[in-house]
Amino acid sequence: MFLRFLKLEWKSFFRSASLGKSIGLRIFLAFFAIYFMLIFLSAGFLLHDMITEYFPGKNAVSVANTFVLIWLVADLFVRFFMQSLPVLNIKPFMPVPVSRKTQVHYVLLKSLFSYFNFLPLLLIVPFGLISYNEGSLAGGEAAAWIGSMVVFTIGVNYANFLIKKKFAENIKALLPFVVLVAALAALEYYGVLSITQYTGAAFDALISMPFVSLLFILLPVGLYYLNFTYLVKNFYLDASVKRKSDKVDTTDYGWTRRFGDIAPFLQLDLKLIFRNKRPKTTVFLSFIFLLYGLIFLRDDSPSGEIMHVFAGIFITGIFMINFGQFIPAWDSAYYSMIMSQNISIRQYLASKAGLLTFSVVVLTVLSTPYAYFGIELLFTIVACALYNIGINVPMLLYAGSFNKKKISLEKSPFMNYQGTGAAQWIIGIPLLLLPMGIWITLKFTTGYNTASAVLGAIGVAGIALRGLMMKKIASAYRTGKYAAISGFKEEEN
Amino acid sequence: MIQVHNLKKAYNGTVVLNIEHLEIKKGESFGLVGNNGAGKTTFFSLLLDLIQPSAGYITTNNIKVHESEAWKPFTAAFLDESFLIGYLTPQEYFYFIGELRGCNKADVDALLAQHEDFFNGEILGKKKYLRDLSKGNQKKVGIIATLIGNPEVIILDEPFANLDPTTQIRLKKIIKDLAENKEVTILVSSHDLMHTTEVSDRIVALNKGQVVKDIQTSAETLKELEEFFAV
Repeated sequence: MFLRFLKLEWKSFFRSASLGKSIGLRIFLAFFAIYFMLIFLSAGFLLHDMITEYFPGKNAVSVANTFVLIWLVADLFVRFFMQSLPVLNIKPFMPVPVSRKTQVHYVLLKSLFSYFNFLPLLLIVPFGLISYNEGSLAGGEAAAWIGSMVVFTIGVNYANFLIKKKFAENIKALLPFVVLVAALAALEYYGVLSITQYTGAAFDALISMPFVSLLFILLPVGLYYLNFTYLVKNFYLDASVKRKSDKVDTTDYGWTRRFGDIAPFLQLDLKLIFRNKRPKTTVFLSFIFLLYGLIFLRDDSPSGEIMHVFAGIFITGIFMINFGQFIPAWDSAYYSMIMSQNISIRQYLASKAGLLTFSVVVLTVLSTPYAYFGIELLFTIVACALYNIGINVPMLLYAGSFNKKKISLEKSPFMNYQGTGAAQWIIGIPLLLLPMGIWITLKFTTGYNTASAVLGAIGVAGIALRGLMMKKIASAYRTGKYAAISGFKEEEN
Repeated sequence: MIQVHNLKKAYNGTVVLNIEHLEIKKGESFGLVGNNGAGKTTFFSLLLDLIQPSAGYITTNNIKVHESEAWKPFTAAFLDESFLIGYLTPQEYFYFIGELRGCNKADVDALLAQHEDFFNGEILGKKKYLRDLSKGNQKKVGIIATLIGNPEVIILDEPFANLDPTTQIRLKKIIKDLAENKEVTILVSSHDLMHTTEVSDRIVALNKGQVVKDIQTSAETLKELEEFFAV
């Protein structure tokens, strides 16, 4: 049976409509995957030496063991956001004689074959072997240590599975656990109670009795069992037949009226953002990225200043970039209606431009506290904001005319490359590198403030020419219209 | 009102629609019938400039639809669910369409009140987003939305599919009432010969992209069509 499932999956992969279209994206992801593999592998080989250097006189493995708990929590955290769970479309199998349990076992076992389970091995195995070689672990202990770590990794895999499945609908139920972890982390950090010392010592003790550490196997087995019973119990389509309906939000954003004819579209966009998961998360992420300035704006050495303009463009334009790069794909579900209703393309674009401009203004105001690090920073930020409004907004809209991949609004944006095509990657270059190039050249020839002033002036010129640019952009949308309509209708996989 | 000139649509060399000449007069109630793949939706999509003609063109009110957007103010259409905005409530959707078509809330409310029985109490004030409505109820919303702002051309693709019998009867009445108004040209496609003959005063049958029948509806029309399609 498992073999048959695998065959079906093979077909679904190679017959999917999006195969081949996203080759560039896959190469990019593969590059990242290899990058992290190399990092983990070199860490695996170097860790033992590094620990003996920084903690002389201590047993390297004992030191490492105190970090195991943090490692596992971090692993879980990363997986929660990044690891996608295997799915099996169960509907077609429900009426045919395939045991429910077989299907659940299949899904659960398949989750083992994940990059996220493989990656830790690259660190664990070399470190364990080197520790044995260096005499930090005896033979049986080394086997027990490596074995336990692998078992822990699998445990984290199933813990993540359970959390994601069980708490998918009610993410708030997780809050107590998050608070608990945060509290323990705080106690640890301020040296009140070092729980990692205890877990490290406990782990040391258990490793020294290799056969006792076999008990760790109970962890993944237990979690597997919990997942299994949960999935078998929920193996009904009730959830999908009787669709849960969201609580209706009735905000009508009446204040947008003052923006004249683009008001209905602004209202629509605001509803789009606040009623759908993917755009909503995108907005919240923008606020987190505001903190980027803390990394880049504090550094006022000549080399650090180069990054000021990057930070300026980025923090004032993060919503513009994240939301703008997928225009008009946000409206992909009803794009044919937008294109046949009584809306001119220029009006449609004007409202999107209005929304992006508005976001830049808001983020600029929110980033004024960075003036604390120096008043000229504020000047740079405002210049970057003007550049974003004048040049980057029209540029993003223009790039949007090449978008023809749809977006499902209800999916999470993490590791979600739906809707990402060549346009998204290419646009990043002029968006960030162009202003950086201009600013850096001017800074080294004429000085910091002149560079910012010129950047701002270019932005103002862009604002003055917006009408003309929008005309050009609208005609690009008209040309790309048919490709966009048919592209947005294509089902992915 | 609507004129088709040597219209051709081909995908990778396969011709899916080929209409040499077709004229739909103002005020006509026009029914389009045909089997799956006959080209009904293709024709409507061309009429709304959602796909590009391979050759020829369509004009409505002497406006070439693929060159100008000036046909949009007087044309309303509902082809499928992709004409609905899933994250709006039905009311919000109606008001949004109203705003696009220059109607204020009161105008829209008046129209909705007229069609209250069509909604059968399942649409308005239910605190549900359109994406959470059943297919049939979504369709009702889409159909009524086309009536907002007194459009001169109304295009409905398969409006009877997915509707319950009561609603089908009510929809027929709505279409017949619209057809009384000689300012409104209404285009309806369907698989169902009976419904179409009942509501349309002219019926065109498509087969593999070609016009194979073009008849003014009379008492014999249904029989004639049934004979044609019974193969």
